[in-house]
Amino acid sequence: MTDILKINESIVPKFPKHVRFRFNKPRKEWVILAPERLVKMDPIAVEILQLVDGEKTVKIIANELSKKFNAPLETILDDVIEMLQDLSDKGFIEENG
Amino acid sequence: MDDVKLKKASEHGIQPPLALLAELSHRCPLQCPYCSNPVQLEKKTGELTTEEWKSVIDQAVEIGMHQIHLSGGEPTVRHDLEDIVGHCTKKGLYTNLITSGVLLNPDRLKKLEELGLEHVQLSFQDTESENADRIGGFKGGHEKKLEVAKWVRDVDLPLTCNCVVHRQNIDNLENFIQMALDLDAERVEIAQVQYYGWALKNRAAFIPTPDQLDHATEIVEKARVDLKGKLVIDYVIPDYYAKHPKNCMGGWGRRFLNMNPKGDVLPCHAAETIPHLKFDNVREKSLKWIWENSEAFNIYRGTDWMPDPCKTCDRKEIDWGGCRCQAMALTGDAKNTDPACSLSPLHQEIFSMAADEAKRPPPEFIYRRYGVRFNSPT
Ligand code: SF4
Ligand code: SF4
Repeated sequence: MTDILKINESIVPKFPKHVRFRFNKPRKEWVILAPERLVKMDPIAVEILQLVDGEKTVKIIANELSKKFNAPLETILDDVIEMLQDLSDKGFIEENG
Repeated sequence: MDDVKLKKASEHGIQPPLALLAELSHRCPLQCPYCSNPVQLEKKTGELTTEEWKSVIDQAVEIGMHQIHLSGGEPTVRHDLEDIVGHCTKKGLYTNLITSGVLLNPDRLKKLEELGLEHVQLSFQDTESENADRIGGFKGGHEKKLEVAKWVRDVDLPLTCNCVVHRQNIDNLENFIQMALDLDAERVEIAQVQYYGWALKNRAAFIPTPDQLDHATEIVEKARVDLKGKLVIDYVIPDYYAKHPKNCMGGWGRRFLNMNPKGDVLPCHAAETIPHLKFDNVREKSLKWIWENSEAFNIYRGTDWMPDPCKTCDRKEIDWGGCRCQAMALTGDAKNTDPACSLSPLHQEIFSMAADEAKRPPPEFIYRRYGVRFNSPT
């Protein structure tokens, strides 16, 4: 594994290989799955994580969300960074590259 | 039990289960004396077939389960493991292999990776060969495991090192963590022996002293800080010296299913140690029916069955009275408060017994084997 990741706007986030972000149909919910870990994602997190594709930077993700929800980029960027940092600390997000 | 009408899963507001622990076989080349398998091991002839497992997997997905842990015994003894893994991943289950590793080779791992296996959990008995092989009862095992760990990483599969710690290896805790780092594992699971089944028979050989435990907890806490973002450390706190019991399986029949090799559906892997439980089998009933109706699940669901002190305790929906199997093993009645709880009337007695055992020199292991006979039934 890599060193501790500090999320900033130019980082390209991705899910580590053992982490899956999936929609469970019968339960109608989005979850993050990892060994012995199962975390339900709230609607805001789902919006962010659906844009995590290993190509987009944090900035681009925030930008798309700010357009979609018609909200100021700065606030969204802060939220995105905070959430990704939290997931990264838990080992659910890493940097591509 | 016939005189009481047991409430079903839905009447308790319980959701479908989250994960399935599938014991594909009880066969295993190792003989760990703390093995969680029942003392009566299932033979090969009784095991579910490939098609039967596939049907179970389909049902698990239909009811909304997320994860499957392929375990045993040793799951790789089954020649249809590849078929089973492929089916799980095709259906979208998060698929985890829990293995001792000693039967694996690079080709097989490559194949499993291609089939979409998501994660491998490899067990280690210690950090150096001599003691590790002695504990596992399998010569050359440790060296082989180190090699297997490399193969796992060579095919870029994520690795967790499973380390069961006890008084005969807990002083190597720092080495366990270092070993996980050296093997490029994502995660290390450090679990204290849980005392039922084989482990209970060997408790006196395994139970650590309170000092050893305090020291271990310190090491883990420090490593967690130092290695944050590098290595995930899961630490299962030792039960006997805790104040309250662990929230065993997230509560009886609330989150997980366990299936034994012949298709019995159990609320936890040790449930067979409770002699009066009647299990339903997937050869006769659907998984969905079993989760909702099986008496073995409904009997200890919720809190209605609890006696004091649990009944009136404000933690009863936090830890659900602890572990039923441990209550059975140590008090003779599965309904009793888990004696790991400091409020259990038996806690003090068992605590002192454990502390006392930990002080004496460890007895010889009783190794996990088919057909071992014991004098006293536990
Ligand atoms: S604990 Fe040891 S004996 Fe039991 S299944 Fe695992 S490797 Fe085999
Ligand atoms: S008395 Fe029962 S419910 Fe209360 S803490 Fe102990 S085990 Fe848990």
